[in-house]
Amino acid sequence: MTNGWTDVSNADVILVMGGNPAENHPVGFRFVMEARRRRKAKLVCVDPRFTRTAAVSDCYVPMRAGTDIAFLGGLIHYILENKLWLDEYVKQHTNAPFLVKEGFGFSEGHFTGWDESQGGYDRSSWQYELDTSGHVRVDPTLEHPRSVFQLLRQHYSRYTPDAVANIVGCTKEEFLRAAALIASTGKPDRTGTILYALGWTQHSHAVQLIRAAAILQLLLGNIGMPGGGVNAQRGHANIQGSTDMGAWNMLPGYLKLPRANQLTLQDYLKANTPRALRPNAWNYWSNTPKFMVSLLKAYYGQNATAQNEFGYQNLPKTGENENWGWAYFFDRMSRGELEGLISFGMNPVANGPNTAKMLAALAKLKWLIVVENFETETASFWKARKLGDKFYTGFASPAQIQTECFLLPAACFAEKDGSFVNSSRWVQWKRAALPPPGDAKTDQEIISRLLLDLKSLYQKEGGRGAKPLLEMSWDYANPAHPSLDEVAREINGRHLSSRQQLKASSELQEDGSTMCGNWIYCGSWTEEGNQMARRGQEDPTGLGLYPNWAWSWPANRRILYNRASADREGKPWDARRAPLRWDGSQWSGDTPDYKGDASPESLGAFIMLPEGVAKLYAADFLEGPFPEHYEPAESPVKNPLHQEVSTNPLAPVFHGEFDRLGEAKDFPYVAITYRLTEHFHYWTKHVASGSELQTNFFVEVPEELAREKGIRAGDRVRVRSARGFVEGPALVTKRIRPLRVEGRTVYQIGIPIHWGFVGRVRGPLVNNLTPSVFDPNSGTPEYKGFLVNLEKA
Amino acid sequence: MKFNSAAGSFSRRDFVRAAALATAYGFSLEPARAAVRELKISRTTQTHSVCPYCAVGCSVIIHTLGDKARNIQPTVVHIEGDPESPVNRGTLCSKGISLKEFVVNERRLTRPLYRAPGASEWTAISWDEAFEKMARRMKDTRDRTFEEKDSQGRTVNRLTSVALIGGCTDTNEINYLLGKFRFALGILSYENQSRL
Repeated sequence: MTNGWTDVSNADVILVMGGNPAENHPVGFRFVMEARRRRKAKLVCVDPRFTRTAAVSDCYVPMRAGTDIAFLGGLIHYILENKLWLDEYVKQHTNAPFLVKEGFGFSEGHFTGWDESQGGYDRSSWQYELDTSGHVRVDPTLEHPRSVFQLLRQHYSRYTPDAVANIVGCTKEEFLRAAALIASTGKPDRTGTILYALGWTQHSHAVQLIRAAAILQLLLGNIGMPGGGVNAQRGHANIQGSTDMGAWNMLPGYLKLPRANQLTLQDYLKANTPRALRPNAWNYWSNTPKFMVSLLKAYYGQNATAQNEFGYQNLPKTGENENWGWAYFFDRMSRGELEGLISFGMNPVANGPNTAKMLAALAKLKWLIVVENFETETASFWKARKLGDKFYTGFASPAQIQTECFLLPAACFAEKDGSFVNSSRWVQWKRAALPPPGDAKTDQEIISRLLLDLKSLYQKEGGRGAKPLLEMSWDYANPAHPSLDEVAREINGRHLSSRQQLKASSELQEDGSTMCGNWIYCGSWTEEGNQMARRGQEDPTGLGLYPNWAWSWPANRRILYNRASADREGKPWDARRAPLRWDGSQWSGDTPDYKGDASPESLGAFIMLPEGVAKLYAADFLEGPFPEHYEPAESPVKNPLHQEVSTNPLAPVFHGEFDRLGEAKDFPYVAITYRLTEHFHYWTKHVASGSELQTNFFVEVPEELAREKGIRAGDRVRVRSARGFVEGPALVTKRIRPLRVEGRTVYQIGIPIHWGFVGRVRGPLVNNLTPSVFDPNSGTPEYKGFLVNLEKA
Repeated sequence: MKFNSAAGSFSRRDFVRAAALATAYGFSLEPARAAVRELKISRTTQTHSVCPYCAVGCSVIIHTLGDKARNIQPTVVHIEGDPESPVNRGTLCSKGISLKEFVVNERRLTRPLYRAPGASEWTAISWDEAFEKMARRMKDTRDRTFEEKDSQGRTVNRLTSVALIGGCTDTNEINYLLGKFRFALGILSYENQSRL
C-alpha cells in the first residue's frame, strides 16, 4: 500500500475493485466503514459478483472479469473530457508536461516499435525528447501535441462511456454514476482511495492494470494524500516482506539481479544506476552503488574486498533475455529439465495454475524437499491419483514416480520470532510463544543445517562451484541456529569499523565500510534497539499514522509520496489532511518523502524517480507507456477495440502437453476464483472450526444460466475447462448478473478456492481448471476470467 | 504473570480491576464476567505475536501454560486480539479467533518423513539421516549441473536445475536467509507466494 489500513478512514470516496475486503480482510474493512460513518464517505464497488463488500456499498457496478483496464481507461477519459483533474497537482507532480520524441503512437492494438518476429517492442520511439544537457524538454502549459498530457488524452479518447459499457458489460448509466463519484475527488479538499487485491493482480495484464489505477489517482491528485493512494490489500501475512527481500530477478531492496553481460561490478552499477532526467530530480536510486556494495559486504563479509569487486563474481547471473521465474521453471520442470525443488512453506500443487501440469512437473524431479506445518498436496503429490479421486486418473501411480521426497516438520508462526510486514508496510516484530511440537524445527535451523552440511561436503571433497558456496558468510554466534535478532541486525546494517548499527540509508557507503542486508530496512534495528517491536499508540497528526507503533519501511514513512500532499510552496492542498508541514526550514509530521530540510521548490516530489515527478507515461514497461485494454487469454469475445490484437501480445504463452487454451464455442462461460471468509487459502482445511463452517466446495451459478440448464440449487454440477474439471453442488444465485457484451449475453461462474486432496475436509482443487497464462512483468497467473463449460454431473 | 514483550509489560489483573470499577455502580454483570475471565488466563504467560493469515497484520496475544515447569511441554490455552494494536484494536476475524486450533492441532507434522522413489507411503526418518541424504542429493545435482561459464564464456556461477520457493508466513529474516542460501548455491529460480 502507498498508504495504510488506518489511513482509509481519511477518504471521501473509496473504490474497491479487484478485491472483497468485507469478506477477505474483515478487520481492515472496519476503516472503510469508519470513513462512511464519520466522513459520510461513499463506497464504490466494481466486481463481477455482488459481494459482501458490494452489499454495503453506495454504488455497485457489475463487470466482466478481465475488463478492469477498460473501466479505468473510461474513468481517465471521463475526467479529461469533463475537465475534472486537479490541474495544479498534475502540472507540478506528474510528467504531464514532458515531451515525447516524434514518432510515438498507437494503432490497431500495437504501440509503435512492434516487432512481430521478436514478439516484442523496440522501445526507442517511446522515449522522452531531451535537450542538450540530457534533460527532458517540457511544456508547462500541457498544450504541446507531444506532451504526455495530450498523448494521454489521445490514447484514452476511445474509452467513451458507450465503449466501456460494451466491453465491461455494465450499463452506461452504472458506469457514469460510479465515474461521477470517483471523479469528485479531483479537488484539493477531497480525496479518494483505491483498495485492490488479487482481482487486479491475477490477469495477463495485471501490472498495466495497476498502472491505470495510478494514472487515475494522479489525475485526481490523490497520491501522497491521507485517504488516498493505490492500496494493495495483499492476501498473506508476509508477502510484502518476502517481495522486499527478493525474487528470482531481484536482490533484497529491489536491486536487480546481475545479467551475464554485466561482466564486472562497474558494468552492473553503470547499467542499474539511473541518471536524473530533470534538474530538480533528487533521483535517490543514484545511491545504487552504496546499496549494492553494502549488500555484498553483508553477503561475503571478510571475503568481500575492493580488489575482488566485493565478491560480485560469486553472484549467479542471468542471460539478458532469460526468465527463471515461476511460470518458466515449472514449465522447464514439466519437461524434465530440473532435478530438485526446495519448498519452505509453499504449496504449488494447490495454488499454482493448471494442477495437472504441476503434478506432472513434480513427478519429473529427482528429489523434493518440503518444509511444512501440515502435510500438503505438494509434499504428497505422488498420492494424487489415489487421494484425488476421479480428477487425476491420468496421473502416474506412486510406483511409477521416482521422485525422492522429504517432508520436514517446521515451527508455525506462534513458535517463531521475527517480523511480518502487513499491507501498510508496517514491519511488526513477533515473539515465539512456545517451542515447536515434537521434533519440529525452526526454519533457520533447517536452512542453516542444509547449508552447513553442504559446505562441509565441499570442504572435504571439493566440487563444482565451491567458491560462491564457501564464501557466503554465515557468521552467526551459533551458525547452526542463528538468532533472528542477529539476522534482523544484519538486515538493518552497521558501520564495520565502529560496529554501530546504521540509523538510516543515508549513512551507507560504497567503499565497503558499511554492510547492510536490505537498504530499505535501514533504521529498523538501530543502536536504540529493535524499532519493529515498538508499541507506542500515539497519533500526533490525528491522521492514523501511529509513527511509534512498529516500524514502517522506508525510514518509518507512513504515507508514500507525502510531499505531493502540498503545493509548490509547500502549502497543504487540504489543511485538515496534511501529513507534512513546512515551517520555512524543515518538514514535520510524517517522515517526509523528501529531503527533510529542502525547501518546497527545490526538488521534485517523487524522489525515487529520475523524472522527479510521477509517471502518467512510463516507457519502461513491456507492453507500452499507457495501459491498454486486452482481453484475457481465454475470452468469450474478440477485443472490441482491436479484434486482430485481442489479447496482451506480451503475455507468455506455453505450448506443452498441458497448456491447452479453450475457445468460447466449447467453453462459453467466464469463470473466476475467490476466497471465503471462513477459510484461509489452503491451510484452514486442517482446522476444525473453518472446516465446520465451510465444509463443502461449491459452484456459484447465475439464476438465469441455471434455469437455461435445468440446474436447481444443490444439484451436482461439473465445471470443465480445456485443462481439467471440478465437481460440486450448485449454489444458484442472483449475485452474478448476466452481462451484455458486444450484443450478446455473457454468464460468469464463481468458484471458491480452499479445498484439495489433503485435509480435514477435502474437495476438488480449483486450479484443475486454470490456465498457465501469466502477466509478463510480474509473472502472476490469470485466475480471473478464464473459460469453462457447465453441466449437470 | 509475565509478559513477553520488548517494550514493557502490563498486568492483566490491573486492566480487569479498572474495567470492574468502571461499572461497579450500575447493575452490570461485567465484574462477574471479568472474574471468570481472570481465572481462565490468570496464570498464563502472554506473548505478543501477529496473525499469520491475511496481511491486515492483526496483533495477537498468545496465552501459554506449562512453561514455568520442568519437563512439561508448554501449550497454548488461548489466543486473542491485542487491544493496543492500532490496526485491530483487540478484534479478530472468524479465522483469527480460532488460531489456537491451528497451533494445537493433531494434524501438525512432528517428525521428519521420507518417501523413497516408487514408494507408496511416507516412512519416519531421523533428522540426521534426512540431512545427510539431502546434502548428498544437492551436492550430486550441483556437481552435475552447476555452470561456471555460459556458452559465450562469461562467468555466470549458476545452478538452474534446482528451484527454491518460499511460503507466505516466512518472516523477513527467514526470507533474507533463504536469499543467502540461494546465492550460495547459485539458484536463479527463486520465488515465493507473492508471485501468485
